Formats: sequence, structure tokens, C-alpha cells
Amino acid sequence: MAGVQVSNVSRSFGAHKALDDVSIDFADGGFYALLGPSGSGKTTLLRQIAGFDFPDTGRIAIGGESVEHVPVEKRRIGMVFQNYALFPNMSIAHNIAFGLSVRGEAKATIATEVQRALDLVQLGKLGERRPHQLSGGQRQRVALARAIVTKPRVLLLDEPLGALDKALRVDMQIELKRIQREIGITTIFVTHDQEEALTMSDRIGILRDGRLVQEGPPEEIYDRPKSEFAATFLGDANIFRGDATGNGIRLPDGTAIAAGVGDRLAAGTKASCAVRPERIRIATDAGASSGNANTLKGQVSKRIFAGNNSTYFVERAGQTLKVIVQNTGIDRLAEGQDVMLSWSPESTVLIAAS
Amino acid sequence: MMTTRVLEGLGRFYIGLLLTFLYLPIIIMALMSLNVSPFYQLPFEWTTEWYASLWQNDQLIAATWNSLEIAVITTIICVVLGSAASLALYRYDFRGKKFLQALLFPPIAIPWLITGTAMLIFFFGVGIGRGLFAILLGHVALALPYVIVVVSARLQTFAPELEEAARSLGANQWQVTARVTLPWIMPGVIAGGLFAFAVSFDQFVVSYFLATPGQTTLPVEIYAAIRKGFTPEINAVSTIIIVVSMALMLLTARFFKFGGEK
Repeated sequence: MAGVQVSNVSRSFGAHKALDDVSIDFADGGFYALLGPSGSGKTTLLRQIAGFDFPDTGRIAIGGESVEHVPVEKRRIGMVFQNYALFPNMSIAHNIAFGLSVRGEAKATIATEVQRALDLVQLGKLGERRPHQLSGGQRQRVALARAIVTKPRVLLLDEPLGALDKALRVDMQIELKRIQREIGITTIFVTHDQEEALTMSDRIGILRDGRLVQEGPPEEIYDRPKSEFAATFLGDANIFRGDATGNGIRLPDGTAIAAGVGDRLAAGTKASCAVRPERIRIATDAGASSGNANTLKGQVSKRIFAGNNSTYFVERAGQTLKVIVQNTGIDRLAEGQDVMLSWSPESTVLIAAS
Repeated sequence: MMTTRVLEGLGRFYIGLLLTFLYLPIIIMALMSLNVSPFYQLPFEWTTEWYASLWQNDQLIAATWNSLEIAVITTIICVVLGSAASLALYRYDFRGKKFLQALLFPPIAIPWLITGTAMLIFFFGVGIGRGLFAILLGHVALALPYVIVVVSARLQTFAPELEEAARSLGANQWQVTARVTLPWIMPGVIAGGLFAFAVSFDQFVVSYFLATPGQTTLPVEIYAAIRKGFTPEINAVSTIIIVVSMALMLLTARFFKFGGEK
């Protein structure tokens, strides 16, 4: 096992800068998600770490050893591909044995290790089957077993759950996490699914246009996004734009919003505030806002009922705000109703305008 | 429902007609190779006399062996060179690749008569001359594009992630090719090999230009024999070749799945 250090890595394809001076430190044994929209460079970064492609400039180290010019077959990594990439001409057992076999391990060792890997992913009896005889979830497990049986230093996953349906995906998330904990391997995981990134990883790196936007534990990125992009890409956020006042911002219509979290900005500079929809209280009377410094009047334009919660769209000064309310069985508001929104400065993140 | 049945019947009749057109002359020839009369006279009287006398015809036998040898060597050379070329075209991007790929097709379309003339002139110019070696070179040149086309078509269905997966598991280029890529393209390699064999074994025009009286192939020898005077031995040897060729084509169809996926 080993950590991975990516330092100042850049990679261009023609005029397109796929990676622009990216540095991330993946600590030993951690579970990392690289999150970003398509074209953000997350897969390019994973392929650089794997060794399928090499950086134009910068350094990549695995376990302290520089590998940026070492080809993939010599990096001792394990990789799980989006479409599994199981060898169709081999049985499941032979698929898993492949990595040990090309290293010239003894037959007896291979047999033991393959069975252990099959047991780890709970496919103990399916070794003789062929890939096409397995379900999507089972193929996923085989791909994982094949990647870890060689005891790689790092496990790389390229949108591994993308091809599975929702219920199976949640099962596999739990399973993947369990296996990762059990063997304690440094895992880097590319996804465009923010929920997957939040629930599975110890740390998340958000990429956009080849640059690392923000990196940290899921809670930190969710609670203290450093840019409007990070705030809206990871979770939902209401964004207010105005001028910094010292302890928040003033909106163009004069309304002051107090922010208790985020950057300290000089008064007068352009700034934004981000507020999560579930942090806002919605009520019909002004009295309910007591204790919350930030209040706004608005009108419910739409309500979407989702069982355990409801999303209200509230119109206010040309802006549509989103508020999510847990279903407590009371306080159901009708569309067209005038409401008072309130939230605390601690729920308000001040962000420098980008 | 009635119309469907009528159309089905018509379709079956049409296919039957087509197959009759294709196979009737061949079947007659095969039957006549087993008939006593050398002049296609009926009634049919069973004999294996012509096969026996074929066995005594040293010239024909020698030409048959030449044909088989050349076809087998052509197949081996074309399969190795053609598969390697297909892999190179699949894996690597290099300057002029599209142009080189496009250049593979014209030889298939150029009439063999012209190719044969060109080869004869060329081989004389460079001192190779005529004979079995010249025929072999000519056949390899004719069959190679077929192998590359067939193997490349199979490679188009190969998922490049499979090679990446193999490499990520520590396999070097050789192991990747031998254990992942080749098993996948094998049906194409076998089909390409059968094509190469057929192109060489059935080849008349180019062989005719490059053959010498002592060094000749079966089709050229048959042509020479017919010019001297038709004998039923030709029927016999032709029947043998038809049976072998058909067996080969059926094998090709099976490996290359001409009828789509099994």
C-alpha cells in the first residue's frame, strides 16, 4: 500500500488543456473521489495516475517513488473499468488469475489467491462461469477481485458503478467500501455522481476545466464551499450575489445577508453567499423567524412532494430560491402563499466572486 | 396470413432455383467423373476408373502437390504478416496511415490478368524469373490484402479497454497480444487464412503467367491438359478440388459467422 502524490501535473491534447497544474495528495489507505462534470479532466487525471498516459509537466509519485514516466504494467496498480473489461475468452477464475499468471506465480499460489479473492467479493462458487453468464453486479465484483488479487499499491476506479441500476448501485457502494476497509488500500475513484462521492469517500477533489477547484473531506466541501461552482456542483445551493460588507453581503436591493462561514472579504468587493436549501426555515408568519438573523419575504411558486421531504420554490425579487423541508406532517404550504424565509449566519457561506 | 405463406413459398422456390443454377453443372461434372463413358454418354454406368487413372497421372499429381504446398506456405506467410499488419494499423497512429490503409484495397480490384502481367515483367526485371518461387511470391502478394481486411474487420469489434485492463494487471505487450488480443481475433485470423488458401489454391491467371513446364500448379496443369484433349481424369481431379474447396468455405463460414452471430 502506498499514498499517491500528484504535483503540478499538466497535460494538453492539442490546444485543449485537459489538466492544468493539478496537485493532490492522496494519503495512504484513504478513499478519494474525483468529482466533476464530463470534460473536467477527472478521467485524464486517473489515467495519468494509472500510467496509460504521461503528464507534459509535473510529478506523480506512488509510495514516494516517482512514476510519471513508468508505464502502467510496471506501476503495480489495480484498475476497475467503467464497462468492467473482463476478458470474454476466459472463465471468471482465469480472469482473476490473469495478473498473477503474467507475473509467473506458481499454480498453487494462484489457485489459493483466486479463491480468496472470489470469497472476498462473495462469488465463491462462480469461478468456472464465463463473463457473459454473469449479471452486471457480479461482473463488477469480478472486475474488483481481478484488480485487487495482485495486491496493488493503489486501486483506481473509473466510474465503476455507472452501468448499474440504482438499487444495485447502492448495494455496490456499501460493498466496495467494506472491501476497501478490509484490505486498507488507497483508493481513487472517478465519478460524476455527487451523492456517490459524498457517501463513499473520505476526501473529495472537485475538478472543473482541468483544474482542481477544491479538495477536502465531504463535510468540509459541503459546509464550506470555496466557489459557487463547488457549492452548486456538490449538493444544491441558493446563491445570493452582492457587495461584501465585512460580515456578509448587501444585495442590489439593499437587503443585508449575514454570513458566519467562509472567506473574510474587504468591504465593497463583489461576493456571493451560498445557503443550502435544507438550512432555510419557511413559515407563514414573521414570528417564526426568531433567532435567525437572515430573513426574506417571498411567495411559493411551486411545491414538489418527495415523500420524506418537500421542495418549495420561492420567488423573491426576480430570484427563485429553493427550500427543502422534512415531512413532519404539519406546515404544508400551498402554492401562491406568501412566506417568510429565515436562516442563520452559520448556515451562510461567504464566497469571493470568481 | 395467406400472403405471408405464398411469399414464403415463392422465396423458397427462388432460393432453390438459385442453388440449382449454382450447383447443377458441378453435380453433373462430379457424376460424370464416376461414369464409364468419357464423352458424357448416358446411361450412367458407375466406375472409379478415372480416379484410378488420375492416380497414375504423375504430371497432374505433381501439380496438385505444388498447388497444395504453395497454398499452405502462402496461407502461413499471409496469416503472420497480415495479422501483424492489422494489429499495427489498429494500435498505432502514424503519418500516412489512412493512405496506406486505402492502398490495401486496389490490389483486390485490379484484374488478375494485369497483376499477372506486371509480376511477370517485374520478376524478370529483378532476376527472379518464373517458377514455383515466383508463383509463391505472386500468391502472397494477392492474398495478403484479404487477410488484412478480414482481420482488421474483426479487430473493429475488439474493446480497447481489454488491452488496457491486461496492462494494468502487469502484462507486457507480448502477453497482452498473446493472451487477450489474439484469442479475440482468432476467428478473423482463421477466416483470413482460409481466404488466403482459397486465393492461392484456386489461382489460375497469375500462376499461368509465372509457371514453367516443369514447375506448375494444378489449375494451370488442368488448363494445359484440356487444351491437349479432354479426359475424364479432369472431372475426377475437379471433383476432388470442389469437395476440398467447399469444405474449406463451410469452415470459413462457420468461423467468420457470415450468417451473423451464432
